[in-house]
Amino acid sequence: MGLHGGQFTTMRIPVETFHLDNGLFVTLSEDHTAPIVAVNLWYHVGSANEKAGRTGFAHLFEHMLFQGSEHVGSNEHFELIQRAGGTLNGSTWLERTNYFETVPSNELALALWLEADRMGELLPAMTQEKLDTQRDVVKNERRWSVDNQPYGTMLEKMQELVFPPSYPFQHSLIGSMEDLSAASLDDVAQFFATFYTPDNAVLSIAGDFDSIEARRLVTEYFGPIPSGKGRPSLPSMNLPLVFGNRLREVVPDNVSLPRLFMAFRSPVFGSEEYYTASVASAVLGMRKGSRLQRTLVRERQIAADAGAFTFDLAKGTDLLVVDVTARPETSVSRLEDEVEREIDLIHREGVTEPEVQRAIALIETDLVASLQSAGERADRLSMFATYFKRPELINEQADRYRSVTTQRVNDLIFERFGEDNRASLLYVPKEGVESESILAAAVSAD
Amino acid sequence: MVTSLRPKPGTPRSYHFPDFHDQILPSGIRLVTAQVAKLPVVTVLVVVDAGSTNDPGGKEGVAALTAGTLLEGSQRFDGAELAEKFEQLGTSVESGADWDSAFIKITVLSEQLEEATELLGEAISSPVFPEREVERAKAERLAEILQLETEPRGLADEKFSEFLYTQESRYSKPDEGSTESVSALSRKDIEEFYRSRYRAGSTTVIMTGDVSTDKARALIIRAFEQWSLGSAPHRPLIAAARTTRKSIHIVDKPEASQSELRTGHVGLPRKHPDFFPTLVMNAVLGGLFGSRINLNLREAHGYTYGASSFYDWRRGPGPFVVSTAVQSEVTAPALREILLEIDRIRGERISDEELSLARDYLDGVFPIRYETTAAIASALATLVIYDLPADYYESYRRNIRGVSADAVLQAARSHLHPDELQTIVVGDARVIRDSVSDLSVGDLHVHSS
Repeated sequence: MGLHGGQFTTMRIPVETFHLDNGLFVTLSEDHTAPIVAVNLWYHVGSANEKAGRTGFAHLFEHMLFQGSEHVGSNEHFELIQRAGGTLNGSTWLERTNYFETVPSNELALALWLEADRMGELLPAMTQEKLDTQRDVVKNERRWSVDNQPYGTMLEKMQELVFPPSYPFQHSLIGSMEDLSAASLDDVAQFFATFYTPDNAVLSIAGDFDSIEARRLVTEYFGPIPSGKGRPSLPSMNLPLVFGNRLREVVPDNVSLPRLFMAFRSPVFGSEEYYTASVASAVLGMRKGSRLQRTLVRERQIAADAGAFTFDLAKGTDLLVVDVTARPETSVSRLEDEVEREIDLIHREGVTEPEVQRAIALIETDLVASLQSAGERADRLSMFATYFKRPELINEQADRYRSVTTQRVNDLIFERFGEDNRASLLYVPKEGVESESILAAAVSAD
Repeated sequence: MVTSLRPKPGTPRSYHFPDFHDQILPSGIRLVTAQVAKLPVVTVLVVVDAGSTNDPGGKEGVAALTAGTLLEGSQRFDGAELAEKFEQLGTSVESGADWDSAFIKITVLSEQLEEATELLGEAISSPVFPEREVERAKAERLAEILQLETEPRGLADEKFSEFLYTQESRYSKPDEGSTESVSALSRKDIEEFYRSRYRAGSTTVIMTGDVSTDKARALIIRAFEQWSLGSAPHRPLIAAARTTRKSIHIVDKPEASQSELRTGHVGLPRKHPDFFPTLVMNAVLGGLFGSRINLNLREAHGYTYGASSFYDWRRGPGPFVVSTAVQSEVTAPALREILLEIDRIRGERISDEELSLARDYLDGVFPIRYETTAAIASALATLVIYDLPADYYESYRRNIRGVSADAVLQAARSHLHPDELQTIVVGDARVIRDSVSDLSVGDLHVHSS
């Protein structure tokens, strides 16, 4: 692929782009090392775009996209790709939905045609029966991954805690059982017409293909699909830099060990300061040498595990989340105190140069290792094209991370880790909750 | 309008699993290398014949704990220093043990390879297993066990193994040990286990990615200078079923919204002559999204988010299991459908369509499996651990394509045993008890969780 300059510093993923007349944004990245090719589509729609009373619809809709289209039978999309020796799936997030397949390179046309058929002509294949079945499947997905899973409600509880009412990221992504029951075929048709249009999508192809042939196929299959009428804009998503006060919720749940998720409002994904926040998150919680692993897990031994991550939200503000699970002998209040104490210390004294260098080194290796996969390359190209219209950002990641300095990390920590920007979501075992005073404290914090 | 003409596949480009070189170093360490210069990254995977099946009776968990604390202190550095040194090089060491082997793995940018390999060799050649870190690792394992009590998926898997194998079998107990066995382990147990099993003749180092065989050889000889010579003793494995009579166990979880369901029996060892027909048979039964069990339970009935079946391939006969989570109210109908599917695939030949779907998928997806240095290293480890022939990957696709519908039927009849099914349900006994006892799934036992 010509990526290998012997040095990571010279690594470059080739990126070509073009637009179809209907607005479809296409990115191409050739690499002939193995006879496989990845096709990846991002639609710029997620749970943030749902109407009130239809939580979970974007995700339910993703299921419907595997139920056939004008020229493809129900579940045939899966069958044809697997028969071709390919892998495939889709996923839904707060602000986007993606569909992807990796296939032997001689099956590129099939993957493109299948994606085009469902982008262009989904509705003729939709029936009430299919919707009912997928609604049941999704309800079972909810039971499996949210309701019947320890800490499974974390995402929706966190969204509810940290975002203001009616803010687009505030409601549940998988949706409530009630709203899922209410979804109708009409909703399907409307959602499709509004959001599943070429001008609201990015198509990326990465791997073993010929650029001229790929352009021809994309134009032939996607070209006839009409543009949309423009997506309705989201309400303003500007929020202050910090929460402004202490947020806290205690969740008594069917769990064995207390676990604290502490979120900080942080710089929006893609901004220069996002990279600083991402490094700060790695300093705090990435792998064994991170600050929280070292202090809470190794030295003080009050935690069974500790980590940190960012949501990577490209609109409004992002979230940086610290995640610490107590050891069995650690009380709920001690867990909370010790984490607070550690965050206070970091807020007061900052982090050190070696800690920052450690974090950047780990991030760099992960970045290179992940780009080995055609599917990963295609997905990142789609992401950067969808959010910023700049797929070539894929080649700027390492530099952006490397230019983060300890000073910048500490400035960010000083700005964002104060008491006015902490939201604690505290899971506690249902049994024995009454014996502790935490619930009373929770009520007063509201 | 999008064209209704379905595209035909183009001419396939040939693919070969990466060339690899296999040699025994003077110390007895086996070195397997595959130079793949796509990105400047290298994976080093050390595989030691020190998996959990080597745990002595009563000391279940010692293999996992040994591998888990291997990097927690060497003669020169303590655990925190080691973590810091590796991570400054942009890598971190993963180590652990599964049933068949212990593994230690790093993926590193090529420019850091030399330093990282040397550090790795030194650290794992002179571990000191500090008392404090051993006790911490034990406590963390005990916390994990406690977490399982409220984690229905993990609990169902664990209970399934427990009710599947005879109590004398290592497979009947959790691979990382139980509360009882882990609590009793000491630093001395770990040291002894390390001394007896982490030896040159039982060790393979696999290096894949941006590194030549010559360089790999020089690096490994130097890094593993202090590695103990000799080989670990062979330990026989008991893997008999607990019973050959059908039975069903409900682990009661009052109010659970779903039932975690497992049904199966003792399966086959990895190196079984029917491996390929059994693999294709399972793909049709429950191995693919388009398999009979998933289409039936998920797409036709909407009972579940997903249902699958698999053979857990180990050196000894691991389990064959059908696994799903269904809404509590439909536990019995879902189980009935699974039993029907097992009977059906034993009853008559699969269709040509089904055969070609499974074969074409397994054949076609082959190159997609080996995109990364870590995936290639893990494929080479499979050759070593299961003692598979050197041309295994070169002949894999031919072997898949050679499986006929008759061979699939034969595999289903020989290797699926509906009369021996052990069924575990982690769910609300009040809701499911009566309805499942109407199915002929054997004696019903209800356990409180």
